[in-house]
Amino acid sequence: MSREIFSSEEFDFAADLRRRKLIDFLFSVAGMLSLMLALITLIALLVDLSSTGLMRLNADFFTNFPSRFPWRAGILSAWVGSLAVMFTTALCAIPLGVAAGIYLEEYARKSWFTLLIELNIINLAGIPSITFGLMALGLFVYRLNLGQSILTAGLTLGLLVLPIVIVTTREALRTVPRSVREAAYALGSTRWQTIWHHVLPYSSGGIMTGVIISLSRAIGETAPIITIGALTFIAFLPHAPLTGEPPFVSFQWLSDPFTVLPIQMFNWLSRPQPEFHVNAAATGLILLLLTLVMNAGAIWIRYRFRKKLKW
Amino acid sequence: MLSSTSPNLRAEVKNLSFSYGTKKVIGNLSMPIYENRITALIGPSGCGKTTLLRCFNRMHDLYSQAAYSGEVLLYPEKLNILDPSIDPIEVRMRIGMVFQKPNPFPKSIFENVAYGLRVRGIRRRSFIEERVVKSLQQAALWNDVKDRLHTPATALSGGQQQRLCIARALATEPEVLLLDEPTSALDPISTMHIEELITELKKEWTIVMVTHNLHQASRTADYTAFMYLGDLIEFDLSERLFTTPKDQRTENYITGRFG
Repeated sequence: MSREIFSSEEFDFAADLRRRKLIDFLFSVAGMLSLMLALITLIALLVDLSSTGLMRLNADFFTNFPSRFPWRAGILSAWVGSLAVMFTTALCAIPLGVAAGIYLEEYARKSWFTLLIELNIINLAGIPSITFGLMALGLFVYRLNLGQSILTAGLTLGLLVLPIVIVTTREALRTVPRSVREAAYALGSTRWQTIWHHVLPYSSGGIMTGVIISLSRAIGETAPIITIGALTFIAFLPHAPLTGEPPFVSFQWLSDPFTVLPIQMFNWLSRPQPEFHVNAAATGLILLLLTLVMNAGAIWIRYRFRKKLKW
Repeated sequence: MLSSTSPNLRAEVKNLSFSYGTKKVIGNLSMPIYENRITALIGPSGCGKTTLLRCFNRMHDLYSQAAYSGEVLLYPEKLNILDPSIDPIEVRMRIGMVFQKPNPFPKSIFENVAYGLRVRGIRRRSFIEERVVKSLQQAALWNDVKDRLHTPATALSGGQQQRLCIARALATEPEVLLLDEPTSALDPISTMHIEELITELKKEWTIVMVTHNLHQASRTADYTAFMYLGDLIEFDLSERLFTTPKDQRTENYITGRFG
């Protein structure tokens, strides 16, 4: 080949450029349509749930227990249950997941063994959640006798989202540049000092984002909670965590039976009366909004931390 | 090779070899490091000069697959800092380092300089404050930052950041100061300031400096070591090495025929 091709008459570069730009344009349109499809689905869901459920959303709905009369039924036990379970899930998943992520990213030497562990963590994130429910039923409920309690549910969901916390923690840690770590090491700091003084503070935005996203997944989980035998009709609240007499803190609530929002929703949906379906739509709307709010919070935190840090 | 009026030794590299995995980077290298002098390491990219520098504070220990043999003796007690029984953290507490790209912590100016002291468990505020002020003065940064010690270090200019990194390294009174191409990421004016600063610092410190800039080596360094393909080709007083090199390869390099 020689450079004659650039000046030859038979090859029309202008036409070819038009063709290349057309491909560019076509892809951008296809990409935008794909995006719109996802967005429209979400909006349709919101509109649909709102049109049936919005009128049920009054103060009573949040302060009433479930009832056999649809207009008196509320989600008090469900949202308190969800809150308690999420709290337990966070307490279980955050320390375990962050510690495991730090170990894998900062301490573990790269070997076939750590590679195997990494692969399995990624696999774990893809395992159907009902499998976790079965495991929890065998381990927590029967073997450890924790009962069909908030603690069992928290531990189950904690394990379920653990891989997400580990993976996002590692990604967050990786955003801290090597130069900053080396600066700390060069001053004589130990691995832990480097992590505690630098790596963790600089990546905490990313870690928190991961934690929130994992919790927003856990809050909608239904299958594993049903598997461990959560009740679908609960007309009482768990014990209060704070009491009037010393030692003022009580952990009784951990072993209380419970229900959560998605189970309450599922229960109402399975009833024949259409009035209950309205309640289910209202609950679905709350779950959807909760997830949106949590994810928005995660994005906000990430944005704030990114803005604060420059390397 | 050198006259008998050589200054005191501060460190000595003896038969040092270094390999990374299966790749041999430095082969059987020996050279002296003199007290209160600047020693420059020059050579084409990949010759092992930065690798050699990072042996002095055992930086390679952070990454697996690094293997040393030979010795780097720290004078006067002739402590072999490459000895596996010596904790690399102990070595790094005695030997300071400034990197190629300014790498301040995204914390305040004050906290950056104080960090080396805090790592060592020093809590006394008056002492920390005193050391921070002194180090910033020694790094010729005090006048620029004295009114904003508690503002983020990352807001400083590149040259100021690098002087901050020097102050950070000086705060713990290191016995040897390692500089890894300290001006390669800076503009000419900042480079000039840093060079003046380095020349000033040798009154109190022993400095080993990697540089790509031959003029910088001849301007600031008392001694220069020319490395090529992991070997030390020539070590001499800078004025001699840059005017009357003994080895043909040194001459080719400093006259710009390669590298």
